[in-house]
Amino acid sequence: MEITMKPSIKRMKTVESVFDPSLKKVPKIDLQGVKVWYDDFMAIKGIDMTIKQNSITAFIGPSGCGKSTFLRLINRMNDYVDGFKMEGKIKIDGDNIYKKKVNVEELRKKIGMVFQKPNPFPKSIFDNVAYGLKIQGIKDKQFIKERVVSSLKQVALWDEVKDDLKKSGMALSGGQQQRLCIARTLAVEPSIILMDEPTSSLDPISTAKIEDLIFQLKEKYTIVIVTHNMQQASRISDYTAFFYLGELIEYDKTKTIFTNPEKKQTENYITGRFG
Amino acid sequence: MVVNAEQQREVLNQYGFEMLSLCQSQLEKAKYAFVNHDSDLAEEVINTEKRVNALDLKIEKDCEKFLALYNPVAIDLRFIMAIRKINFDLERIADHAEGISRYVVEENKAVELSLLEALKFETMFETITSMFENITVAYDEKDVKMARKVFKKDKVLDKINRKSFKLIEAEIRKNVEITGQALILFSVIKKMERVGDLIKNIAEEIIFYIEAEVVKHKKKK
Repeated sequence: MEITMKPSIKRMKTVESVFDPSLKKVPKIDLQGVKVWYDDFMAIKGIDMTIKQNSITAFIGPSGCGKSTFLRLINRMNDYVDGFKMEGKIKIDGDNIYKKKVNVEELRKKIGMVFQKPNPFPKSIFDNVAYGLKIQGIKDKQFIKERVVSSLKQVALWDEVKDDLKKSGMALSGGQQQRLCIARTLAVEPSIILMDEPTSSLDPISTAKIEDLIFQLKEKYTIVIVTHNMQQASRISDYTAFFYLGELIEYDKTKTIFTNPEKKQTENYITGRFG
Repeated sequence: MVVNAEQQREVLNQYGFEMLSLCQSQLEKAKYAFVNHDSDLAEEVINTEKRVNALDLKIEKDCEKFLALYNPVAIDLRFIMAIRKINFDLERIADHAEGISRYVVEENKAVELSLLEALKFETMFETITSMFENITVAYDEKDVKMARKVFKKDKVLDKINRKSFKLIEAEIRKNVEITGQALILFSVIKKMERVGDLIKNIAEEIIFYIEAEVVKHKKKK
């Protein structure tokens, strides 16, 4: 009897077969020639940048360098700042979000934001997470409940609060409050999450939990994070952008920025020689 | 006073330089003691080994402190990675110097001059001295070009080492009574060849630190 040998290793999928080619064509966020003024002060001096889908991008730079202004452009948070003026294009999934006909409320459903200080509403844990869904007009209680549970599970807060969802969100610890705020953001299923120094007011354990969470969220969301913590940027982000005096000095893979940056200014900043 | 990362790095840099000078001096003294059968000098090398070990531990501890307290990145990180390896290589060089000195203390007489000449011992040592000078300048002045010079010179040492076996064999055949001396010399040549490799490693580390280029295991011109 003839014995045929078959290779024991299964054929591996090629990169092309795993990758959705459409993702490669249009960047998730595309910022072109962006300039920003607050009255006469030019805060952003002409920046081009593209941000890939399902990546974590960290913005670093000394205070006043324009990184938070740049972040807030992505969900039009600067629109109501007195004296704000902008030039350039910001596209999300290929659409310019600064077109006149764009509904800003609709835009912000797609783009969640987490702030430096946790800011839960003076409501119950459940109502905090359900808030976004309710103001969207969703009335299906079962749907809301499911979404609240899944959001709390996603931020690893469920086990800690499941027995007391009526408790005030304000009664949680700082780290729990921040995770609650992230859950509130996730509940409306955005595709982008902007984070402005989300762990700067937290202790190291809460910070580690949030960092783990951010890393896991990358699978579903595109994340942009402003941080002053160099180690945080190097630990969690895929790409790092260094801003200085309203300019984008260097933007590259995080590994490159933290091992062998191209620009001297970047090196001086990340090694603590200025800033 | 709070010592910032740059100051701490400079302190480490100075210790590294001290280690480099100390190990070069150990090797020079060991060579002189070996060629001239100067057991007093050989004893001095053996005793100084304690200082080398102390400096090795000091650098190791300071590197650990630097990593823990300053979370170095980019050039600071490369510096700390390089200085640890350079320190390790220098300590090994000093070990070889001590080993050569022990032969001098244990043996009764000097190795025959003719035997040293036949094996090009002086050429070998001159090459090592020159390589040491290259890495000293490279380290001190962050001169990558100077560091690269040692790669070619290391090949000279490899060549002498490769030929040494047959030459020693021939010398022993000529006069069996020199067998003991010849074996010691053979062992010293092996040590010198390893010293050359270690200096080459140091040059690679200097290049990595300055240019972020890994030249280890690459073919060098």
